[in-house]
Amino acid sequence: MSTDAHVSQPRAMNPVYRKRLFIHRLGIALSFLAMVLGLFFLMWILFTLVAKGLGAISYAIFTQTTPAPGSDGGGLMNAIVGSLLMVGAAVFISTPVGIFAGIYLAEYGEVSMFAKVTRFVTDIMLSAPSIVIGLFVYAIYVARVQHFSGWAGSFAISLIAIPVVVRTTDNMLNLVPASLREAAFALGAPRWKVATFVRLRAVKAGVITGVLLAVARISGETAPLLFTALNNQFYSANMNAPMANLPVVIYQFAMSPYDNWRALAWGGALLITFSVLVLNILSRTLFAQKVNQ
Amino acid sequence: MNALETKAMTPQRTGGKKTLAISGLNFYYGNFQGLKNINMDIHDKKVTAFIGPSGCGKSTLLRTFNRMYDLYPGQRAEGSILYHGRNILDPSQDVNMLRAKVGMVFQKPTPFPMSVYDNIAFGVRLYENLAKGEMDERVEWALNKAALWGEVKDQLHKSGLSLSGGQQQRLCIARGVAVKPDVLLLDEPTSALDPISTAKIEELISELKGDYTIAIVTHNMQQAARCSDYTAYMYLGELVEFGETDQIFMTPAKKDTQDYITGRFG
Repeated sequence: MSTDAHVSQPRAMNPVYRKRLFIHRLGIALSFLAMVLGLFFLMWILFTLVAKGLGAISYAIFTQTTPAPGSDGGGLMNAIVGSLLMVGAAVFISTPVGIFAGIYLAEYGEVSMFAKVTRFVTDIMLSAPSIVIGLFVYAIYVARVQHFSGWAGSFAISLIAIPVVVRTTDNMLNLVPASLREAAFALGAPRWKVATFVRLRAVKAGVITGVLLAVARISGETAPLLFTALNNQFYSANMNAPMANLPVVIYQFAMSPYDNWRALAWGGALLITFSVLVLNILSRTLFAQKVNQ
Repeated sequence: MNALETKAMTPQRTGGKKTLAISGLNFYYGNFQGLKNINMDIHDKKVTAFIGPSGCGKSTLLRTFNRMYDLYPGQRAEGSILYHGRNILDPSQDVNMLRAKVGMVFQKPTPFPMSVYDNIAFGVRLYENLAKGEMDERVEWALNKAALWGEVKDQLHKSGLSLSGGQQQRLCIARGVAVKPDVLLLDEPTSALDPISTAKIEELISELKGDYTIAIVTHNMQQAARCSDYTAYMYLGELVEFGETDQIFMTPAKKDTQDYITGRFG
């Protein structure tokens, strides 16, 4: 600016530049404010969670079952096992369905009307309220067999996981350059081999990331389990019976009048948050490794 | 294309044993006509180069030889390409079998996301059931053909993606050769490579033509002059001139061809 001959004072700025600088600073300030606002509440939640939950984490939480009303101590063993079983079964159901559906969308999504409709419905399912899915499974399964069960719970959370896996698989497969597919076709490979051995394989890490994110998503779902798996005060590995699980236990215990129940609810919440964090870190590192390759 | 131009090509169509006989070939991308009445032969165990400005239809033509365009709805070809007396454009042609016989190498190296060994074995396994020992031999043979064996023999189980660009492209050639095709289509195989890798691939082409019929698309005129026996000059979807490489480069029959090869084009 000081070299500009029209400016009488060396340090004075021309009005256009001054205006731009002001807008720039305003933009930066507003973005920063937005970030602080978001992070503040996030950190507040995390801090409270750690502060209140850490006290409840003990050896007993993993070895003892949920306490009866009025009794001391107790743990979350039955709920942890129940959650692991149901999430495990849901992964078992949703991974193959989701990946195959994703392959179908990526292979035929451009030409087939059916695939276009499927993709659209999947997008709706991605943002469907999870309670609706719980009620759906209640209506078509639980109400018919007349009892809550672990299977019904798994089925409900699979319905939430499937669209996540479908969409990630579809998106990842579409990242594979056309030249790689053509190269496989050029050797005379049939379509299914190109789709699985070459295309899917090229984005393996991305697809696994999708599955992990789906697991993270479903491990905190409460609403679909309320109407399906319900809860169980005792340890049970029977998937055909009502089953304890962390989200519903947290939901019930958090609203109870017993101090030890509320402490366990905090502990359970911390456990879920921590597992989701680990899953997210895992999927990010997996994906980063693949990208660097 | 008028009668005079067609006549200019006639001598070339009759000389030598031919692998592919192309006649009256028209190609459409939807409503756009990408190739206009192409008539020419690809000669057996010779290198045929396709030159011409970008968008002239060289790659399009090459991609009709293995029906690569089939992957994309809206692209279609009319006319005939005879290969062993059969029109490969016929809908009843098994495209997978055709592609096993007419291999292709692309502009950018496209190693599969698997080991060097499996990159080669992938194509072989599609149509042959070889024992482990035979497969090992085939992999070594193919890598030797592509002048890559010496560089990768100790890293056969490393990812194909870990090789350098030039090595990756030779891996792709080895992969194409391993299935023992009749014809190799090379679509600008050296345009993404440095001069040393390019020289290696050009040497490779002259060696491979003893066993294979090769069609190569190139933007590099020197490359066409160096490694081909026949050259076709294309412009705007038409085959302007086709003949022996020496004749095309020394005494082109058409002024358009001369302008292009001497760089006075446009």
